[in-house]
Amino acid sequence: MKRGLSGNESIARGAWEAGVHVAAAYPGTPSTEILEELARFPRVYCEWSTNEKVALDVAIGAAYAGRRAIAAMKHVGLNVAADSFFYASSTGAEAGLVIVSADDPSMHSSQNEQDNRRFAQFARVPCLEPSDSQECKDFTIAAFELSELFDTPVLLRTTTRTNHSATPVELGDRTERPPKREKFPRDPAKYVMIPAHARRRHPVVEQRVRDIAAWAEKSPLNRIEWRGRKVGVVTAGVAYQYAREVLPTASFLKLGMVYPLPEQLIRTFAAGVERVVVVEELDPVLEEELRLLGIPCEGKSIFPLCGELDPTVVRKNAAAAGLPVDKPPVELTELPRPELPARPPVLCAGCPHRGVFQLLSKKKVPVTGDIGCYTLGLLPPLSAIHTCGCMGAGIGVAHGAAKSGIGERMVAVIGDSTFYHAGLPALANIAYNRSNVLTVILDNRSTAMTGHQPNPGTGFTLQQQPSEVIELEPLVRALGIHHVATIDAYDVEGLEKAYKDLMSHEEPAVLVARRECALLPEAKRRWVPLHVVEEKCTGCGICFRIGCPAILKSEEMDEKSRKPLALIDPDQCTGCEVCSQLCPHDAIPNRDQIRLAEEHQPATCSTPVTGGS
Amino acid sequence: MASQKPYSFVLVGVGGQGTLLASNILAEVGLAAGFDVKKSEVHGMAQRGGSVASHVRWHPEKVFSPLVGLGEADILLSFEKVEALRFAEFLRRGGTAVVNDMAIVPITVASGSATYPGDEDLAKVFASLDAELVMVPGERLAQEAGNVKAANVVLLGAVSKLLPLSEEMWWECLAQRVPKKFLELNRVAFASGRATVTTTDSKT
Repeated sequence: MKRGLSGNESIARGAWEAGVHVAAAYPGTPSTEILEELARFPRVYCEWSTNEKVALDVAIGAAYAGRRAIAAMKHVGLNVAADSFFYASSTGAEAGLVIVSADDPSMHSSQNEQDNRRFAQFARVPCLEPSDSQECKDFTIAAFELSELFDTPVLLRTTTRTNHSATPVELGDRTERPPKREKFPRDPAKYVMIPAHARRRHPVVEQRVRDIAAWAEKSPLNRIEWRGRKVGVVTAGVAYQYAREVLPTASFLKLGMVYPLPEQLIRTFAAGVERVVVVEELDPVLEEELRLLGIPCEGKSIFPLCGELDPTVVRKNAAAAGLPVDKPPVELTELPRPELPARPPVLCAGCPHRGVFQLLSKKKVPVTGDIGCYTLGLLPPLSAIHTCGCMGAGIGVAHGAAKSGIGERMVAVIGDSTFYHAGLPALANIAYNRSNVLTVILDNRSTAMTGHQPNPGTGFTLQQQPSEVIELEPLVRALGIHHVATIDAYDVEGLEKAYKDLMSHEEPAVLVARRECALLPEAKRRWVPLHVVEEKCTGCGICFRIGCPAILKSEEMDEKSRKPLALIDPDQCTGCEVCSQLCPHDAIPNRDQIRLAEEHQPATCSTPVTGGS
Repeated sequence: MASQKPYSFVLVGVGGQGTLLASNILAEVGLAAGFDVKKSEVHGMAQRGGSVASHVRWHPEKVFSPLVGLGEADILLSFEKVEALRFAEFLRRGGTAVVNDMAIVPITVASGSATYPGDEDLAKVFASLDAELVMVPGERLAQEAGNVKAANVVLLGAVSKLLPLSEEMWWECLAQRVPKKFLELNRVAFASGRATVTTTDSKT
C-alpha cells in the first residue's frame, strides 16, 4: 500500500520498521516532525531532550546498551552535538546508531546554510542522502544495517525539500530487533576514550572508512543510469530530482551514499561519458572528491554555491553551459505590477513578548537576542534586538560586552526552551563571574516557533505525559543570582517597575516575563477582541509603535491632528491589553471595561471591520 | 492514465491561513486519481504571519522535482490578494489564477511604510500572462455555509472545477479530512466554491 508521506514521516516510519528502540531529539525546523511522528508508534521510547548534544548522547547510550537508536536534529543542532558525534565515531556501538541532520539550504528557518556532508567527512562517519520520501524510509533502514555491519554511527543527511516534501511511500512491517546485549558492555578499550585508547581507535576508524568505500562499490544505494553518453551527471539528494527533470537525456550516477565514495564506480561512470557535471546544492563536496580522484568535472562553475537549487535555477544554468536541457528556460516577462508591500513574519497579535520588547525599545538598551519566535523583536517598529547568533549565545555575548567595559547596561533575552537548551550554562557563568547583565527569560510555556513542543518548564513530556516542572526562579536563585523577579508579560507597568528595580543593582539579575503563547489552545479559548473608541482616539500613533498586526490604521482621520485613527481587527485581536495599557487617551477599553459596558448595554454589537484593502 | 496530462499547482497565502491543509488534500486527490504526486511546503518562521507557498505536482507517470519552476504552474491558488501578485511569476502563460477575494494587510502597510495594491492590479498582471483570473469570495461563501474557517474548502471547490476529475473523488478525500460534525457544512462550502467557476473548459 502506497501513502503520501513527508520525508520526516518517512524517516520515522523507516526507524520504526527497522526496529528502533530509542529516539531522542530537540525540535528544530526542518527536522521536528521526525520525533513527533515516531512518538505515535508503539514499542519505541521517544523523548524531547534538552538539547541536541544530550539527544545524541541518549541515542549513543541506548546503542551501547545494544538497542537500535536514532537522534534527529536540524543542521545547526549537529554543531551543538559535534563533540558527541566525534567520540561516537571513535567508539562505534553495540547496535545500530543513526543521526539525522536536516539541513536548510536557503535558510527558510535557520541562521546559516552549512553543508553537513562536511561533518561526515570530518568525523569519518558514513553519510546517506535520500532524494524523496521512499528513500527517506529505505535509507533510514539501510543506515541501521550499515551501522551494525561496520560498527559505526551513520549520518542521514536530508534537506528542507526532502524533509517537507511528501511523495508516495510503500509501507512495510516492523522487524523486531531483540536487544544485542543482556548487560551494558564493560569494554574500556573501545568505550573509554582516554588518549591511549583513542590512539588505538583512530587507525580502526580510518580502516573502517576504506572498508565502507569498498562496500559502497556494490551497494544498491549508488547506481548508474545509462542514457546518452555526451553528458554524465553526478548527483545526490533532492538535486537528483531537479537534474533528472531538466536533463532527461543525460546519464546519471545517483549517489545514495555521499561519504565515503565508491572510487571505481565513479571512474567507470566518468569513463563512459564525454562530459562529467556535478549537480549538488551548497558546497562542492562531491566535486572536490572527484577532483581529488583526478577526474575532470564541472560543478560550481555552472551551478550556484549559495542557496537551494530548483528546476528554474538548474535549467537556466545548465542551458547557459550548453547542457542538453528538456526545454528552453521560461522567458519571464516584466509583470505590470506595483511595488508590493513586504510581508515579513511578525510577532503574532497577543504575543506575550511584545510588552517586553516595547519596554526595551523605549529604554534604548543594547539587547542580545537568541533563537525563537522572539527573534522577531528585531523588526521595526520595536527594533529591540541587536544580536542573534545561535541557540544560547545571547547571555554569553551580553556578559562579554559587559565585562569589556563598554559602559552600557546589557540586557539578554532568551525563551524558556532555549534557556534550558543552552542558556543555563551561560547564566551560570554570569552568576560565577558576576557581571551586571539583566537576563530576561521570555517564558511563554512552550517551544513555540517549531510548533508548541513541551519543554522542561512545562511539566509535560513529548507524549504529553505529566513530568516534573523545572521551576526557573529557584533554579536561578540556586546559581547565586539574588535579584530575581517574575512578572506577567502582559503587565506593562509591572514589567517597567521590575526592570527599574533590577537595573538599580550593579549585579546579575533575572526577570522572568511569564505568559503562555497566545496560540496555545487553552489561551485561544480566552481570547476577547478589544476595540477602539473613535471619539477618544486622537491618532497619536502610540499603539502603532508596538507592531501588533491586529492594530490597523483606520480611514477615519482625527479632525485636529489629521492623522489616521487606530482600528483593531477583531479577527486577530486576542485581548492581551498591552495597547490598552499604553493608550494615553483611554481609547481602548480593557476586558473589564468591556464587560461592564456590556452589562449596562446588553444589545450592542461592535461594527464589523474587515482587513481593508 | 497515459491519456492524462501532468498538473502543477502553487498554493500561496499568509502563514496560518490553511494553505497546508489545502495542499494536503490536493496531493491526496491526485494520488487517489492514480497520479504520481509530490508536494512541498515550508514550516517554521514563515508560518508566523509571513508569506507562504506550497507546491503540488501531479504526473501520470513520474514527478521528479517536488518544486514547480517559475512560469510552470497550471494553477496558482492564492488565499490572499497581494500574495497572488507576489507569486504571479509561477503561473504559466495561459494558466489560471484562483484568488481568494481577501486582503490581509501586512504590517508594512498598517505602519504606513507601504501601500496595498488595488484589485485592478490583479486583473492587469494576470491579463499580461494571458491567464484566466477567477476571484472567489472564500470567506463570504464559507460564512454562508456556516463557518468562515471553511474558506480553504471553498477555494478547493473552485480549483476542482478546473480539473478533469469527478466531484465525488474530491469529496471522498475531503470527507476523510474534516470532522464528522462539520461534514455537511464543508459539502456546502465545497459546492459553493465549485459554482464560482462557470466553465470546465478553462485554459488549464
